[in-house]
Amino acid sequence: MKSYPINIKPFGEYAVLLEWPNRVEEDILYDILGFVEHFKATNASDWETVVAYNSLTLINNRGLIDFDTAKEEIEQYLATRDMSKTKVKSYLWEIPVCYDLEFGIDLEEVAKRLNLSTDELVNQHTSYQYTVYGIGFLPGFMYLGGLPSSLEVPRRAEPRLKVAKGSVGLAGKQTGIYPQQSPGGWNIIGNCPISLFNPEKEKPCMVSVGDKVQFLRIEKAEYDLHKIEAEVGIYQLKKTPLNG
Amino acid sequence: MVKVLKAGFFTTIQDLGRFGYRDLGVPVSGTMDSAAVEKANHLLENNPDVAVMEMTMTGPTLQFEAPTYICIAGADMSPSLNDEPIANYKVIKVVKDDVLTFGKLKDGFRSYLAVKEGFETEKVLGSGSQYFPVTKTKCLKDRDEIPYKETKEYMPTLSEIKVESLSDQHKLTVYKGPEFELLTDAQLASIFSKPFSISKKNNRMAYQLAETIKGHTYSMLTSGTLPGTVQLTPSGRIIILMKDGQTTGGYPRILQLSEESICGLAQKKSRDTISFELLK
Repeated sequence: MKSYPINIKPFGEYAVLLEWPNRVEEDILYDILGFVEHFKATNASDWETVVAYNSLTLINNRGLIDFDTAKEEIEQYLATRDMSKTKVKSYLWEIPVCYDLEFGIDLEEVAKRLNLSTDELVNQHTSYQYTVYGIGFLPGFMYLGGLPSSLEVPRRAEPRLKVAKGSVGLAGKQTGIYPQQSPGGWNIIGNCPISLFNPEKEKPCMVSVGDKVQFLRIEKAEYDLHKIEAEVGIYQLKKTPLNG
Repeated sequence: MVKVLKAGFFTTIQDLGRFGYRDLGVPVSGTMDSAAVEKANHLLENNPDVAVMEMTMTGPTLQFEAPTYICIAGADMSPSLNDEPIANYKVIKVVKDDVLTFGKLKDGFRSYLAVKEGFETEKVLGSGSQYFPVTKTKCLKDRDEIPYKETKEYMPTLSEIKVESLSDQHKLTVYKGPEFELLTDAQLASIFSKPFSISKKNNRMAYQLAETIKGHTYSMLTSGTLPGTVQLTPSGRIIILMKDGQTTGGYPRILQLSEESICGLAQKKSRDTISFELLK
């Protein structure tokens, strides 16, 4: 079992930041998630945990903390965890996307820049599994890693004031879905008919950090159908367990 | 309930915040000047987590439909009850059809209206704090009706307190942020040696400062952020995240405001000045 050097830093009056090595790596992400599982098993109600790439922010909701005491406690947890017992449960989610030009407003331009046909671009975009390295920026916005370099395209020079909810975009090494209408500078290549964030639900965001996402190309008719199914609450995103 | 006759510039319902969903990207929200609200709820002997009304710059016009006791805290927006001026940080009895209005903004930027036992609006994900699109609306609008329990008679233990003027408070006390060590001597000198002014870009999500300092070329992986996190952009702009601020960010977190300073900053408006003072 690999053991990473972990840096524990103070972060204001009620939070602590834990930093793993500064790399985008699945092994690091799963090491962090394993620690979170172990830590939450006994501290569930006191702390909120925000995982992103190589870091974990622990936020204490009971109020002010003493950094030295918190650090000591965290070091104890790091020392006593048994990685073989804390298996992180994660899933592969199949996310339907309609790449019609009606939604993929930048699809033709991006394909041209990448020297691909629009079909080749869509085929590539739908053939990879992307790892969720973090959720943030907007409620339910996933930071996805694993985009092939052949699909890397710079963000738009001029951000749009309004990007439609569900828009699927490309920007640099990233791809992702806008969970709500917002301003944004990503190149929009399609749209997902399913809300990824539903505040009425007990678990408002189905996807968790550490899960994987694969996009599935759908036609306009399916898009319309899934949208209605999702609105009345009968659409279920397809998920399969990863790593057993 | 209270009828919103005029909503004012930006009026919301807020409580202590929406805890437990930051791992899904949901900001914590809650009152910007929590210290002022704590005092108001204390005077009314409310639970500290009951919902209050947060009013920004220009207050609303409100009509009460049932008797209760109120307390106004935070900014001085020249409140009047039935055209009679009333004081902040004082428990005041209201009866059916009383009309509360606000006038000139004299001190601070955000004022709070607390009622006995709090406003009883719908809770979403455990909190009544308005934050769109987690809640269906982002602020109150004309003709909204906000429910509360009626209180006919109540004897407050303490009916009034005195607080210092907000406009004399310019110092924001800060801790070192996770990327503090990135700052060069020149950047440190410009951050801690001179005052900054608040830019027009200031709201519940973030306050941007008008003056820039020397920028940087450091690229970091997105990581957690908190209310009060001070970010430095590559072009040298300083952005201070507030209660509706995003839960993760990719700019170096150079400083972290103390809770008290978040409250202090919440009372600043465009062109007001602040300065940073490093703790420890």
